Amino acid sequence: MTRSALSVLVAAAVLLTGVPSTSRAATEIQFWHAMTAVLGERVNDIANKFNASQREYVVKAVHKGSYPETLNAAIAAYRAKQPPHIVQVFEVGTQTMLSSGAVYPVYQLMKDHGVAIDWNDLISPVKGYYSSTGGNLYSMPFNSSTPILYYHKDHFKKAGLPDKPPATWDAVESMARKLKTAGVKCPFSSAWPSWVLVENMHAYHDQPFADNRNGFDGLATTLKINGPFGVKMMERLARGAKDGWFTYGGRLNKAEALMTAGECGIFTTSSAYIGNLARASEGKFAWGTGPLPRLAGFPQGNSIIGGATLWVMRGGKPEEYKGVAQFFKYLASTENQAWWAGVTGYLPLTNSAAKALEASGHYVKNPHQKTAIVQMNAGKTTPNSQGIRLGNFNSVRDAIEEQMENIFSGNKTAKQGLDDAVAKSNDILKEFAALYR
Amino acid sequence: MRRAVFRNPWLPYALVAPQIAITIVFFFWPAFDSLRLSLYRASPFGDRLIFIGGGNFTRLLGDPAYFRSVATSLGFSLVVTVAGLAVALLLASLANARIRGLAVYRTLLLWPYGIAPAVAGVIWLFVFHPSFGVLPYLLSFVTDYQFNWFLKGWVALTLIVIAAVWKQFGYNLAFYLAGLQAIPGSVLEAASVDGAGPVRRFFAITFPLLSPVTFFLFTLNMTFAFFETFGLIHAVTQGGPGDATSILVYRAWKDGFDGLQLGYSAAQSVILMLLVIALTTVQFRYAEKKVTY
Amino acid sequence: MDRSSAITHVILVAAVVVLAFPLYYAFVISTQSLDEVTSLPPKLAPSTHLVQNYADAWSRVGMGRLLLNSAIVALAVALGKIVISLLSAFAIVYFDFRGKQLVFWMIFVTLMLPVPVRIVSTYQVVSVLGWVDTYWGLTVPLMASATGTFLFRQYYRTIPDSLAEAAQLDGAGPLRFLWSILLPLSTANIAALFVILFVYGWNDYLWPLMVTNSQEMRTAVIGIDSLIPRTSQLPEWNVAMAAAMMVLLPPVAVIVAMQRWFVKGLIETEK
Repeated sequence: MTRSALSVLVAAAVLLTGVPSTSRAATEIQFWHAMTAVLGERVNDIANKFNASQREYVVKAVHKGSYPETLNAAIAAYRAKQPPHIVQVFEVGTQTMLSSGAVYPVYQLMKDHGVAIDWNDLISPVKGYYSSTGGNLYSMPFNSSTPILYYHKDHFKKAGLPDKPPATWDAVESMARKLKTAGVKCPFSSAWPSWVLVENMHAYHDQPFADNRNGFDGLATTLKINGPFGVKMMERLARGAKDGWFTYGGRLNKAEALMTAGECGIFTTSSAYIGNLARASEGKFAWGTGPLPRLAGFPQGNSIIGGATLWVMRGGKPEEYKGVAQFFKYLASTENQAWWAGVTGYLPLTNSAAKALEASGHYVKNPHQKTAIVQMNAGKTTPNSQGIRLGNFNSVRDAIEEQMENIFSGNKTAKQGLDDAVAKSNDILKEFAALYR
Repeated sequence: MRRAVFRNPWLPYALVAPQIAITIVFFFWPAFDSLRLSLYRASPFGDRLIFIGGGNFTRLLGDPAYFRSVATSLGFSLVVTVAGLAVALLLASLANARIRGLAVYRTLLLWPYGIAPAVAGVIWLFVFHPSFGVLPYLLSFVTDYQFNWFLKGWVALTLIVIAAVWKQFGYNLAFYLAGLQAIPGSVLEAASVDGAGPVRRFFAITFPLLSPVTFFLFTLNMTFAFFETFGLIHAVTQGGPGDATSILVYRAWKDGFDGLQLGYSAAQSVILMLLVIALTTVQFRYAEKKVTY
Repeated sequence: MDRSSAITHVILVAAVVVLAFPLYYAFVISTQSLDEVTSLPPKLAPSTHLVQNYADAWSRVGMGRLLLNSAIVALAVALGKIVISLLSAFAIVYFDFRGKQLVFWMIFVTLMLPVPVRIVSTYQVVSVLGWVDTYWGLTVPLMASATGTFLFRQYYRTIPDSLAEAAQLDGAGPLRFLWSILLPLSTANIAALFVILFVYGWNDYLWPLMVTNSQEMRTAVIGIDSLIPRTSQLPEWNVAMAAAMMVLLPPVAVIVAMQRWFVKGLIETEK
């Protein structure tokens, strides 16, 4: 290397390192989430918007995998004393988080940092689900949805059915049979089998899911899904699987692939599916939405919230928590709430945000996003429909779906399958309760 | 027994130090931690740790689902191993003949070994896809039967067996080819001069001479099917439908990770460890006997 | 070509085709458009969207960085394990020292507890060391296994004593013996082991998933997970297959390129 070249390099090095930096290093906040595809992009969007709006804090949104993977990553990190500041935990993880002692309750965080949030503005299903017995919120609601019904208008036309969603399970069955005769590959199916067909159906008909008021009055140790209502629902679905008008599509939300492919006539799943369905069906088929179907002979309850909230983990530094509080304040503003709900299809979490969306004509352009809201407003909030809070709920849900598969494949009767699901779930619940006796 | 050849007071220790260091830090420490954890009931975040002695083990051994999982694991592993070895052995015998292009064939048969089980699973998942896959499409011409592997346990099992055998096939083939090439041609020629036909030659001479390879591959495939198919099952069936494809290692992981029951999961790992110790000890004893010709 | 050779050829070709079919199918899918993927009957001839799909897959997950990470992990694990296990096997076979049996046992017992079952505890250890989300954390814990030592030990035991004795007579020390005589003899084994370990390091799934937080540090087999159409995403299997093809190409290429040594090395150890 020539002397002149070397001197140029040295000069450059001196210049680059010697330039005084005018900006202070911003405090970084780790935000771990489980959103993918379009929703993942929206999470990045809101983090970027916050980062651009001020210079003190930088929120780094990190996708850590599925909801269970994200929770596990946070747990492992916490045990290794390096937790993220914010972690998105699905609703079934609520009790696990509450019992853990590893969280910094959100209401406390906001109070400690003098950030005023109008908790009463939260829509009542969300407030009811996530509040502690004292009425305080331990986590920040972020993405909430509820199951609704979707139907394929073109398949309906083919089967000679009127362009209206079925309102009862009897109607679902008779329409699905007609769809099957018309050659539709998947007359009726549902994603989130346990969440939609067991948890929500019980709440929707004011039936208890577990003891201790579904876990709100204390740790639940017994499921109640093998009662007359539960058995009746499962028997109908087992009949559907056998007669071919109910196509089982897998656990969790795997079955959405069937609806995305345009194969299903009637489909029940989260209201958050609207965005993806719209994109998938564009130019291919028309579809509509409606409220969940009802089973005759049982009282009126309400559907319950699904989705996730943001939890704050202990073990961070004070200035970092200041940033978290600021970020949550940003998220809670009506403007951002309305934006988030509008672009994702999740429920607007505050009444103000719902009104803002209504006023801006958003629901005129996106009528399907209103179905869930209408459904929730038409329901009755009872002790059985406030929500479900179980320890190790994820395992319980899996145990239920495992037995549902045995019922739908004809290996077990509805009663037997439900009894086995209850037995396994009780075992899981008792294990959890034994930890916190 | 070979005689040790070099004498040096410190060199051997220096030579084994890196391996021992890594082994202690990344194997023994976590392994003992797992062992310890299996005796406790642990909360997910580690805030509660309650000693329950053999409680996790009695819970496991009293659960019929656990024994089903043992049966599934053994059955699945045996099918994958036996099918894999049989097909590989057959093809190796054929590919060992004096034909041109042997090396080309070998290359063309070996490469699936390089595919990650999860990736293989995803590819087969698509081949089997109920809506778009080519296999259900072709089968729909033959039968009306719905090969819905979400609901039918045997279909799900078949799917992962095929994916596993496919992935392992090249490895088995390579070992058998190597083993066959080590058999002196003179022995086989002598037998054929004696009037033994190809099938007779195979069972009387080739197969017995290959038994070290077969034994080695048997243990290896069993271990693969027991443990490394985790990625495959995780990507494709997640243990379902029901618990049809819930093999032991998947169960252990799921109870620990999805179920957050760390003590219970650690107990399952301990049992798995005992099983592997048994397998490896048997293999090692046998190999030791065979190596000294 | 006589009849028996012809039959052999036919059977082998059939085997090759059956084995290759899923991959061929995946390749075809990776060249199709979304519409072609979702329409029946499935088309078995490649289509024209290859560049678009691969470019999509590349940019959506930052494939360049993912492939680099996989390469680093695969090479580090392969080379690291080879060096470490070669040295250990040499010590075990050619020396007598106090504690040799214990060392032997310690190394071989690692075969008995595969990663999936000790993963949470291993993560704890790694984070205590501050190695989470780093190349160290990705590679070093994977080197704690005995397969290489086993292979080298078996091989060294088949080498005649006379070689070592001759070297001693010549005045060569153990390291000299290792470098000038043993190492050259071991190349086939080293090559075989390299293939096995490279593939293992490249394809490992569970450990990289646990130990990395950021997309920049993830390896390819995990990084492409977000492209696999699940549930409510568009069934863009074409992009997913394009990603799968890019991820499986390097290890398969290593096998193809080195298959001669791979098989030769295995013959040596089977003797």
